[in-house]
Amino acid sequence: MPGTYIPINYLPILIILFVTTLIGLGPLLIGIIIRPKRPYPQKLTPYESGNPPIGEPRQRFSVRYYIIAMLFVVFDVEAVFLYPWAVAYGKLGLYGFVEMMIFIFILLVGYVYAWKKGALEWE
Amino acid sequence: MVLDNTILLGIRLISPELILICTGLFLLLLDILIKRKETVAFAGLIGIFLSIWVNLKLSSLGLSGNVFSGMFVFDRYGSFFKLIFYITAILTILISLRYLTIQKGGIGEYYALILFATAGMMFMASASDLIVLYLGLELMALSTYILTGILRGQIRSNEAAIKYFLLGAFSSAILLYGISLTYGLTGTTNINEIASSLQALNLLKSPMLFLGLIFFIVAFGFKIALVPFHMWAPDVYEGAPTSITAFMSVGPKAAGFAVFGRVFFEAFGSLHLEWSGILITLSILTMAIGSILAIQQTNLKRMLAYSSISHAGYAILGIISATPEGVSGMMNYLLIYTFMNIGAFAVLIMLNSEGVRGEELSDYEGLAKTHPLASFIMLIFMFSLTGIPPTAGFMAKFYLFMAAIKAGYMPIVIVAVIFSVVSAFFYLRVVMYMYMKEPKGEVALSTSGSLNLALIITAAVTLLIGIFPSVFLEIAKASVGGL
Repeated sequence: MPGTYIPINYLPILIILFVTTLIGLGPLLIGIIIRPKRPYPQKLTPYESGNPPIGEPRQRFSVRYYIIAMLFVVFDVEAVFLYPWAVAYGKLGLYGFVEMMIFIFILLVGYVYAWKKGALEWE
Repeated sequence: MVLDNTILLGIRLISPELILICTGLFLLLLDILIKRKETVAFAGLIGIFLSIWVNLKLSSLGLSGNVFSGMFVFDRYGSFFKLIFYITAILTILISLRYLTIQKGGIGEYYALILFATAGMMFMASASDLIVLYLGLELMALSTYILTGILRGQIRSNEAAIKYFLLGAFSSAILLYGISLTYGLTGTTNINEIASSLQALNLLKSPMLFLGLIFFIVAFGFKIALVPFHMWAPDVYEGAPTSITAFMSVGPKAAGFAVFGRVFFEAFGSLHLEWSGILITLSILTMAIGSILAIQQTNLKRMLAYSSISHAGYAILGIISATPEGVSGMMNYLLIYTFMNIGAFAVLIMLNSEGVRGEELSDYEGLAKTHPLASFIMLIFMFSLTGIPPTAGFMAKFYLFMAAIKAGYMPIVIVAVIFSVVSAFFYLRVVMYMYMKEPKGEVALSTSGSLNLALIITAAVTLLIGIFPSVFLEIAKASVGGL
């Protein structure tokens, strides 16, 4: 009954959550407590025997990556939807077919739009 | 599942929305092929008129009901709000053409996004399931965020878009939290089923449900800019392109009221005592802060932003009173507000020309001497926003306040009338600047055919409703029958 519902079947998941947290954090905590601490500048660099680091890692990078990423998400979602549709095709029948064609058509419009706007060119 | 009659009926009933979305997609492609942006706008208008025609046809056939397994409802309540959205979209397109050329923002996505936002608002007004409501709200909100920042070269516009997006995303999250709490308690997202399971499961005293209710008020209150969720409004309204400010202050606001009514009357109708208490407080705060802060503004766009906040405070009286008269009064109010507010923004756009913003109060000094007709039209809108007869604004307030008094909310109506008098100060100050000051210099008006048409429509309707109010009130009255 909703409102008084206690998800008892999910109890193992809760236990797993606790156990994994313990396994993950436990060794780190033990390490912090028992390891010797003798830091010196060379030891604190990211690559002790590599190149000396130049500048900050947080730089601005080209906005074009965002466009590529967005296009990727759009077409990735399309693929994600296509798989279950293909598996359940027999049950969905004509209705499912028409729905999927409409979905693909809308994405196609987006594709043509992105293409013509030059979003796929890197220059 | 095969194509059976219920699905076909569903597709028929959402065809107005489908037409708008298809037109929007078409406009995106048309924009690539065609250089003249006026053609794109014209195609958009044709799409809207086609959608209106289909909607009227469906209404005249007497079709109504729940389709798509109770997800979508086609009724007269929703149809009335759709009328408001159509009018908003048409008027926005009409006032945009010239303005975008001046601001160098004439890009075709603009019109497609207006259509998508309108379709989103229509889905909101017709949603009978919280998930559909949320999807419609996001479609509307995402389109409006982009429209706010569409003048990419202007820092104000970018700033407004980012502010609107961050706060809007926050309010969407709160809405989802409210939906999930309600779902967890009742086991359904369907608005009608929520109402019945509240009774059946004896949840009316549940504190968790009350929390969910508060989340709904916060999220919807953000959309209609109720105090204290109004912080975004002045900055966003000022930074956005003026045509989009006109759109935002009317369309999404009316959509917010539509879902407010739908969710609170149909799902939480049995909790009226609880939510009306919260809303009364918010309403008084909204009227007070909106009217008082507007006095300080010297920028007309900011002033209209605060005025639109205070108008939300008046209109929410219809939700509080929760009677058929109250709701029809609110719908009537929103329809009239659409005309007078877009009209006021259209005058602002007319004063905007190359290098001149025309938004400061001082730009209006002595306008009556140089441009008597434009000043007279602005005078009509300012009188109407104040609520002075014989303009429509008076009728809107009159019917709304009467309904609230009949429902037994006399004290809050007295507060509303007091703040309505306060608001006269800043509306009439514009009139005073126009008529009683000497002109400083030549002000150039940038008129165009479509802008003039929009001004004529809005001014004529504002006067006509003021003189013959009964016709429009009857439409609104007939539309609440469904709720």
